Amino acid sequence: MSRVDVLNGNLAAAHAARLSRPEVIAAYPITPQTPVVEYLTQFHADGSLPCQMSEVESEHSAMSILTGASLTGVRCYTATSSQGLALMYEPYFRASTLRLPIVMNIVNREMISPQTVWGGPQDSMTLRDAGWLQIYVEDNQEILDTTIQAFKVAESAEVLLPINVCYDGFYLSHMTERVEIPSQEEVDAFLPPYRSRHIILDPETPMAVDPLTNGRLLMEYRRKHMAAQQAALVAIEKADAEYARRFGRSWGGVIDEYRTEDAEYLMVSLGSVCGALRECIDDARARGVRVGLLKIRSLRPFPRARVIEALAGKKGFGVIDRNVSFGTNTGILFQEIRAALYSAGSRYPAASFIGGLGGEDLTLEIVAGAIKSTIETVDAGKIDNEASWLVRPERKA
Amino acid sequence: MKEIRLHGRGGMGTVKAAEVIVHAMVAQGGFGNSIPFFGFERQGAPVTSFIRLDAKPIRPKTQVYEPDCIIVLDRSLQTAVDVFVGVRENAFLIVNSAEPPESIEAPKRVTTIATVDANEISIRKIGKPIPNTAMLGAFVKCTGWVEIDAVVDKVAALWGDANASIVREAYDSTLILRR
Repeated sequence: MSRVDVLNGNLAAAHAARLSRPEVIAAYPITPQTPVVEYLTQFHADGSLPCQMSEVESEHSAMSILTGASLTGVRCYTATSSQGLALMYEPYFRASTLRLPIVMNIVNREMISPQTVWGGPQDSMTLRDAGWLQIYVEDNQEILDTTIQAFKVAESAEVLLPINVCYDGFYLSHMTERVEIPSQEEVDAFLPPYRSRHIILDPETPMAVDPLTNGRLLMEYRRKHMAAQQAALVAIEKADAEYARRFGRSWGGVIDEYRTEDAEYLMVSLGSVCGALRECIDDARARGVRVGLLKIRSLRPFPRARVIEALAGKKGFGVIDRNVSFGTNTGILFQEIRAALYSAGSRYPAASFIGGLGGEDLTLEIVAGAIKSTIETVDAGKIDNEASWLVRPERKA
Repeated sequence: MKEIRLHGRGGMGTVKAAEVIVHAMVAQGGFGNSIPFFGFERQGAPVTSFIRLDAKPIRPKTQVYEPDCIIVLDRSLQTAVDVFVGVRENAFLIVNSAEPPESIEAPKRVTTIATVDANEISIRKIGKPIPNTAMLGAFVKCTGWVEIDAVVDKVAALWGDANASIVREAYDSTLILRR
């Protein structure tokens, strides 16, 4: 039987990791991910998380240890944020190109400089082309459910890729809310033990891994890696559907749609701001404005076909990015959506917004303003080539 | 939906108090979330925490700007922070003070004022001026938005019976002015 508790996002992630029975965990604390490491070491100390727990001296070491561990065919988990992820970049890329199904929560935090510890998914979105799968979530229940599903997706035979489940630092990591925690038996029935079949370091049956490889063969690796990313589109949907059957909760798979069916305008975003968007969409609907939400859950693989389908027949859309794509004058998600639509055969008016960087709040007022502005842009038939910046006005009593 | 803002200082248990209220709301079958205002954590520095309570799931994961209730764990904050920013009509104000609620200055939009001597109760019961548990008792007495037993149970589970008895004593000794 599942039980109801009140958890912050980091504790939800730690419970998901515990319930997934990882055999090796290696992690280094960094704000705002630190409590994940504290909770896991607590679980390990009280006996509820029997695994090899390695408290390493850096994130580079954390991912290096998991790379070695995963090569021996065991289930591996870690978590990090921002500068820690940046320090991990070298083994991060290698874990994906070695096709190791490691699960890592990224507690999204803005990149320095200037110095900051607050939220923003610039850290993981910048690394969208490093070969990992990346899913972005909206609340603490979704953190828990998706992190459990992540092991299933990563380890499926047609995928075999590492995966990030990314959630907003502080707005989710330190927010407490009601979360249902499934029982160990229920999770065991959903997630059988991992058995590696593609790559195993075993002295009894030696194999060469990662030898110096020429370009022609390396291209073959990349081609298969990209095919595995495409296979993950299906694996994510399958894992969501099976999870829904067993636990009664579906998060939509690679995307989630809210009130899109008869919508004329779509707002597109990812992460915790989708909650405010749902609220503001209901308000707009109450005034007769036909607007809906397209939430991108899987940034990698990018759900191109589902995005095209969701936007088909709409007047246009607006994208709220909590990140920047330097050199393009817009956010990363706006670029991704525009690129996907190029093959759709339709040209949609579109508005681009950047806001909520460095932990700045994306308030209901700001989100409602972005919806209003999207409708004006779309009705005028314009396509933004430069983002509008969402800035919070100073308030006085 | 009810929205609450807590003002305290680092070390007073402000963020934890907010979490206890959410626990109580969920224990009685409702929904809630609490989000701390994220600064660098330092003993004595102003701390703010936000709560939303509702009968249905709560979607916004944002800070609270228009509170229905303000909880002030340290009166000296009123010289450093404008605790009344954005306060709604017919709001509740709960202040840690040995003085009666008639002595507390507040905008007209605040129509219920409660005071409790949280420091005195806390020092007497646990030997330290940590006002959060007493303020929980005062909050429940003043608003009735969550059940006292649910708060007492959670406080007992987190910090033991002495703190749970602080909640009960504060609940009984809170003075309320409706105006």
